[in-house]
Amino acid sequence: MADRIWEVFRQERKGQPFVHGGSFHAPDKEFADAYAREFYARRQESVALWVVPRDEIMSIDEFPDEFDLKYRRVDGYSIKARLKEARDRAGTTAT
Amino acid sequence: METRTQEFLEYVQAGGQVETDDWLPDEYRARLVKFIEMHGNSELMGVLPERDWILRAPTLQRKLALTAKIQDEVGHCQLIYRVVEDLGKPRERCLDDLISGKSKFHNVFHYPTRSWGDVGVIAWLVDAAAIISQKALLKCSYAPYARVMKKVCWEESFHILHGRDTVLAMVTGTPAQFELVQEALNRWWAPLMHFHGTPIPADEDPMVHWRIKSQGNEEARQQFLDGYVPQILELGLQIPDPKLRKNEATGRWEYTEPDWDELMAVVTGHGPASQERLAFRRLSRQNVEWVAKVVLAEAA
Repeated sequence: MADRIWEVFRQERKGQPFVHGGSFHAPDKEFADAYAREFYARRQESVALWVVPRDEIMSIDEFPDEFDLKYRRVDGYSIKARLKEARDRAGTTAT
Repeated sequence: METRTQEFLEYVQAGGQVETDDWLPDEYRARLVKFIEMHGNSELMGVLPERDWILRAPTLQRKLALTAKIQDEVGHCQLIYRVVEDLGKPRERCLDDLISGKSKFHNVFHYPTRSWGDVGVIAWLVDAAAIISQKALLKCSYAPYARVMKKVCWEESFHILHGRDTVLAMVTGTPAQFELVQEALNRWWAPLMHFHGTPIPADEDPMVHWRIKSQGNEEARQQFLDGYVPQILELGLQIPDPKLRKNEATGRWEYTEPDWDELMAVVTGHGPASQERLAFRRLSRQNVEWVAKVVLAEAA
């Protein structure tokens, strides 16, 4: 059976990101093209579609942070205490 | 209860949503499949009463609008069955269980349509009742289903407008046309009152417990009455329930107790059009079997 599942990503307006819209069965690209147009754009609700066979999509959903690489994120910097000390030393602490 | 299940329950009850690849308790998955599958079945069976009227639509405009509505509903079935498939039940098995009578479809699709008045009342009021249930599913704890509902609700809003416009054309027409709408309303009132199900309290409803549904049956019915009774009455139509009134003190609608035995009989395949519709679905599945074979063989 050549039946495949295709995932559809649709763009509502130019400049906006493509958002997952849903999926459907189709045996090949020609049918996938026709179904995608019928299911996701027949009322001009999309300006563009990305249609991808599901088994070609790589899904990654685990992002362990084994080495605690917090310096790459804003929550890796807690400046409150240091800022206070700096202001105290400079004598500019707000009253 | 297993700790993992307890944690899952607390998560969804706090408004959390889950995805296909997440761990799901067996009971949750089973309830999801049954509920979503019935929704898909209803979309597919719901086009049959309307299909009967494509050839008899009064104008070309109405014929096109009705055909477009039918295309939408079949598309909804397609989308919704995809959600069921990702939960583990293939579309072919959904179709097998539908035509063998093993799975159910919504009560309103077990009744015949007698006139063009029925087509207007179905598109306006049955779709209005449906959109109330479907809007509540936008908050479903199972996120893939909630996402599909966005598209479904958006398309349903066209159907309600098409139905209301059809009804308005008839109530502003000849007395005979007005009467067709009144007769259709008389026929469809009981099924409409059945539509949202028995008034099981939300805190006893397992579907609410798992946050598959976000509102109880009676809440949905009250919302329907609040929204649509005034719209029906302003057209000069009469609602065939002498007890129907809004209790201003409680803010709740009171009505004659619907016949819940009839609802049970209808959804278990004993409605006036249940068997005829299933037979038609069986026949059309046989008739198009070769298409699937050819298409899949060519693509192989």
